[in-house]
Amino acid sequence: MTGKTLYDKLWEAHLVKQRDDGTALIYIDRHLIHEVTSPQAFEGLRIANRKPWRLDTNIATPDHNVPTTDRSVGIEDPVARIQVQALDDNCDEFGILEYKMNDPRQGVLHVVGPEQGAALPGMTIVCGDSHTATHGAFGALAHGIGTSEVEHVLATQCLIQKKMKNMLIRINGNVGSGVTAKDIVLAIIAKIGTAGGTGYAIEFAGEAIEALSVEGRMTVCNMAIEGGARAGMVAVDDTTVDYFKGRTFAPKGELWDQAVVSWRTFYTDEDAVFDAIVELEGADIIPQVSWGTSPEMVVAIDQTLPDPESETDPVKAEGMRRAYQYMDLKPGMTMGDVVPDRVFIGSCTNSRIEDLRSAAEVAKGRKVDAKVLQALVVPGSGLVKTQAEEEGLDKIFIDAGFEWREPGCSMCLAMNADKLGDGEHCASTSNRNFEGRQGYGGRTHLVSPAMAAAAAVSGRFVDVRELLANN
Amino acid sequence: MEKYEKFSGIVAPLDRANIDTDQIIPKQFLKSIKRTGFGPNLFDEWRYLDEGLPEQDCSGRPLNKEFVLNQERYSGSSVMVARKNFGCGSSREHAPWALTDFGFKAVIAPSFADIFFNNSFKNGLLPIVLSEEIVDELFRGVFEAEGYSLEVDLANQVVNTRGGKSIPFDVDPFRKHCLLEGLDDIGITLEDTDAIKAFESKHEAAAPWVFNVIKAESAIK
Repeated sequence: MTGKTLYDKLWEAHLVKQRDDGTALIYIDRHLIHEVTSPQAFEGLRIANRKPWRLDTNIATPDHNVPTTDRSVGIEDPVARIQVQALDDNCDEFGILEYKMNDPRQGVLHVVGPEQGAALPGMTIVCGDSHTATHGAFGALAHGIGTSEVEHVLATQCLIQKKMKNMLIRINGNVGSGVTAKDIVLAIIAKIGTAGGTGYAIEFAGEAIEALSVEGRMTVCNMAIEGGARAGMVAVDDTTVDYFKGRTFAPKGELWDQAVVSWRTFYTDEDAVFDAIVELEGADIIPQVSWGTSPEMVVAIDQTLPDPESETDPVKAEGMRRAYQYMDLKPGMTMGDVVPDRVFIGSCTNSRIEDLRSAAEVAKGRKVDAKVLQALVVPGSGLVKTQAEEEGLDKIFIDAGFEWREPGCSMCLAMNADKLGDGEHCASTSNRNFEGRQGYGGRTHLVSPAMAAAAAVSGRFVDVRELLANN
Repeated sequence: MEKYEKFSGIVAPLDRANIDTDQIIPKQFLKSIKRTGFGPNLFDEWRYLDEGLPEQDCSGRPLNKEFVLNQERYSGSSVMVARKNFGCGSSREHAPWALTDFGFKAVIAPSFADIFFNNSFKNGLLPIVLSEEIVDELFRGVFEAEGYSLEVDLANQVVNTRGGKSIPFDVDPFRKHCLLEGLDDIGITLEDTDAIKAFESKHEAAAPWVFNVIKAESAIK
């Protein structure tokens, strides 16, 4: 018998029932809930007179809509206020743990879950948000679901699923200094395309992935969906186990030892077979920037922008032409020609403490360029914010001319007041560069936190390694 | 959910690849706590020339006359044909809600993003995967003939053209059954309550740290 992949093992450990029609019932260990995709699900429960299957599986916090400025005055936007209030009311009514807006533990769900040890290795984790794959970073099976499935999980603790295929993405050798997890995942998406992982669960492996911290692995897995895959994951190792020790909801004492033994079984057997394997050389990956309106439209910082006339696929070429028009850029330019009107450091991709340290290292002793209208730093959670302040990172950012904000999704999707103006370019550490994503007519360039900080202080996109060499 | 019946509908051609859910329904409209009313904001940024606001009356807004859904010949369309990787991006179920609220009952494309594909079936919207060649052919047909329509027959898994061509498509048997019968997934899953409980006991014995840890603070006090 051939061995099993990490995904096979996670699937089998949660298989309730295989049905004759090819679907399966999969048990869900953790369900993360936010204000945008849950109100209709709670309403569905009420209408059908159903109760949640269990309460000790759910954890909620508002993140998409919340303001990142002074919250003592509440939420100004009346529509957003009602939605956040609906989450509070639903969690209170059904008895679900929620970190409300003014709780110091509030934050972006995909930052809060692992930070609290609520999301753990070996678990199945879902959330009404496509970036749930983040949690695959620590050997969990995690993916986004729609609102009907949010209701389904609340009511049954299960999902109806078909098993996905297995894809391995291996980075051979390590990446160079100044190259981050974000650069790795952008390079991967540039290679496989935004639909390359459709129908697959992706396992990320290889020396460069092993060398990453759990936070770095979260950045990589977070963007699995931008490569088309609902789930991305990394095997459990010492780094994973160490990350969870002592966290609020992580097991303690004997139970911890028992859990660690179980967690360490979540890796791919040597003789396991993948349906697809993609390999990249770590040494080839340098800092990346997206130039277009799809996360596959990415260049290395030293490259010129590609020419649609050289693209053989006519649909793709048309997509590129449309992107150039929307972005007001031209083939042959370099990203060094582009001035970021705004800079955003935050989001479930890049708002953890290591991300902030990495950006602060570049910002320290420098000033945001006069051409940049605004540079925002939005920590991923209240606890990340406190930690950063204890380390003096807030001072570094503020001295450099950045704004230091309260935690939330913020300008990643601009549901709150943080948004781009029409036609503005943004150096953003978020995950999507779709048209209008960060504001009506806004133009997003996806980068790492260090590259965002470098763009802020340079007034154009630059290779952060050059700045770091001068530190 | 209503039973999914055979129907014939005008086809709207959206000749783009990688149409993402941010385009289908932009984020400002996700603040609604309802499942309905998203139709007027379907493809808001492509359909109107101004920036849309939540809860705004869209009847007086300036239209982008070039956009497919604003063209008279596609008015009343209920089938959309688009290019590959339709529905990529965010998991927002507001995307199928907006498409069905507008009047669409089926979307035809060479491929769909997984989450959107899954969400569609739960809302009476049938995503139909056809080859790039056939999709190309459909685009040509739609552009050539005003009032071009297709008949969608889920029970027999075929799309019928007015020219008499029958194009077969695959569909997952469970999803097909649910759509045709208008069944609620949750009700079906709850028929397996005993199996879920049995699994849960076994799982709790093997991984006790997963259970009984997270509690609402009101319950602790």
